[in-house]
Amino acid sequence: MNSSKEAIIAAIKKNKPDLLPLPEHPEYPYEDNLIEQFQSSIKLNGGTARTGEGKAAIQTYLQENFTADKQVLSLVDGITGNFDVKNVQDPHELEHIEVAILEGDWGVVENAAIWLPEDKIAHRALPFIAQHLIVLLKIDKLLGNMHEVYQKINVADSGYGVFVAGPSKTADIEQSLIIGAHGPRSMVVFLME
Amino acid sequence: MKATPTHAAAAEEFLKDEERSHWHDDTLWHVRSKRDVAAQKIPEWESLRTTASQIKDNVLSNLDQLLLQFEKNAIENGIEVLWAKDADEHNQHVLRILEENQVKNLVKSKSILTEECGLNHFLEDKGYDVVDTDLGERIIQFNKQVPSHIVMPAIHLKKKEIGDIFHEHLGTDAGADDPAYLTEAARQHLRQKFIQAKAAITGVNFGIAETGGFVVCTNEGNADMGTHLADLHIACMGIEKLIPRAADLGVFLRLLARSATGQSITNYTSHFHRPRPGKKMYLILVDNGRTNQLGREDFRNSLKCIRCGACMNTCPIYRRSSGFSYGSTVPGPIGSILSPGMDLKKHSSLPFASTLCGSCTDVCPVKINIHEQLYKWRQVITKEGPSQPSKKWAMRFGGNVMSKPKLFDMMGNLARKSLSISPRGFVYNSFNAWGKHRELPEVPKESFKEWYRKNRKQ
Repeated sequence: MNSSKEAIIAAIKKNKPDLLPLPEHPEYPYEDNLIEQFQSSIKLNGGTARTGEGKAAIQTYLQENFTADKQVLSLVDGITGNFDVKNVQDPHELEHIEVAILEGDWGVVENAAIWLPEDKIAHRALPFIAQHLIVLLKIDKLLGNMHEVYQKINVADSGYGVFVAGPSKTADIEQSLIIGAHGPRSMVVFLME
Repeated sequence: MKATPTHAAAAEEFLKDEERSHWHDDTLWHVRSKRDVAAQKIPEWESLRTTASQIKDNVLSNLDQLLLQFEKNAIENGIEVLWAKDADEHNQHVLRILEENQVKNLVKSKSILTEECGLNHFLEDKGYDVVDTDLGERIIQFNKQVPSHIVMPAIHLKKKEIGDIFHEHLGTDAGADDPAYLTEAARQHLRQKFIQAKAAITGVNFGIAETGGFVVCTNEGNADMGTHLADLHIACMGIEKLIPRAADLGVFLRLLARSATGQSITNYTSHFHRPRPGKKMYLILVDNGRTNQLGREDFRNSLKCIRCGACMNTCPIYRRSSGFSYGSTVPGPIGSILSPGMDLKKHSSLPFASTLCGSCTDVCPVKINIHEQLYKWRQVITKEGPSQPSKKWAMRFGGNVMSKPKLFDMMGNLARKSLSISPRGFVYNSFNAWGKHRELPEVPKESFKEWYRKNRKQ
């Protein structure tokens, strides 16, 4: 095992070119209307973003779209679900979650990517195994582009973290866009003050 | 063993179905057009490409140090790191991990590297149930094919064919070909596989040296469904997939999905740094010819590739000949400069599967000079081995004629006279490799020299 490592490192040493400098990252300021741009970005990814509402709107959305027999898991203070994640040891127990409500750390408006580190999702599987996803995002957490968000986060702080930019989708059959490949069949973001 | 057919021979097979070849061409051009729209929305696009290319320059020139840094940090994160000098060692590592953990069924998300290593067949021969979970990959796995495109593995199949495949393997209604219906059937089927799987294998889009973590990008969320439910995660990574800093992701993620399909980002971009408590995470670093390619000055830039597939979508040859014609894991222009480095004899026809139009180079997000490398491989191959005999003979003849002005004039005169009176079969036959599906230009009455001489006097 170690011999392969040594062989690979030795081969690189022998074959690599002279050291070329690592460039600095140029700054690309982003000036568009952040909320509007986020909404149009997530639409292209197959999701939607609502604005100008409070947490009560999420509760109303849940009542209007999901019947009481469905499992609702909320990790957002002030939004009540009916499934307690505290008792879950094995992520397989999340198999029948109908909708998960999470709060994002940061949102990037150029592509609607929302940063969800491990401590914001309880189980790594949750944003994927749920049939539908609702994400609350504070408007002051919106950033212009990916360069900005990597200035804000330390990816190694949590064992796992993910940018979620829309529902699960595929276009593998004749390039037809289908929402709900394996994971969430819908994603709604509530942008709030 | 059957000899690998040349690209031209395989393409000829594909082109027999004219309707399909036009459909294939149009489909990929559509993807290329979406890429253009996405790229043009970013004013700093060209600057991003330059930065990405320079970051990769640094990576390739410092790969040994970065790999050691990456390994050290990954181990500190609780990831077990393994090294594989070739495909066989990679497959043996995976087998040993599965045996040690007594796992028999596993799910896989897309990994070109494991295709390159032939991992699926290797494990299936040993009795493992390997389930590809990317929808396109599952389709071709059912159909016993390999991917024809690195981003869209089943791009060569029509929905009717996929409907037939699903009818046979998943029991969908006969004749049903609605993509939404078929996708739902795959969802139900694969959800069961995700729930049951004890191990998940993924590729790696980017390894981060400074943090010892890695990033996997999908739209379907299949890599995550697999890894977060299984007890062990095996990530397979080519050694060139490294980036020095986490912030470099800002540059590469802005380029990757836009170049691939015109999306601004894949819907899931997952950063793995530590295994779940009590679970295991393995990372296999694979060479398999990459260090050799690093030593080839003219070709080392090909290792900058981030596998977006933009060069395929834009290539007039790829679009009209499909991925299978290339007979290599990575098809298209980038495959045609990578594969000869792995096996020059087997892939000697690939650098000729190009018009050298340079469109691949223009769309490449990391600025690989693909068309120039294709031209350079041609020179290597022509020196080392036999090219198509009729072309070789004609080239030698042409070279001889063109080096002798008098002979050139005479032959030109002869050609103009004889071509206009020759029967078709005399010109378009198996000795004329350029005459297949092509018409010669109309024969002029006189040469430029003759015309000039006449007109200058007036």
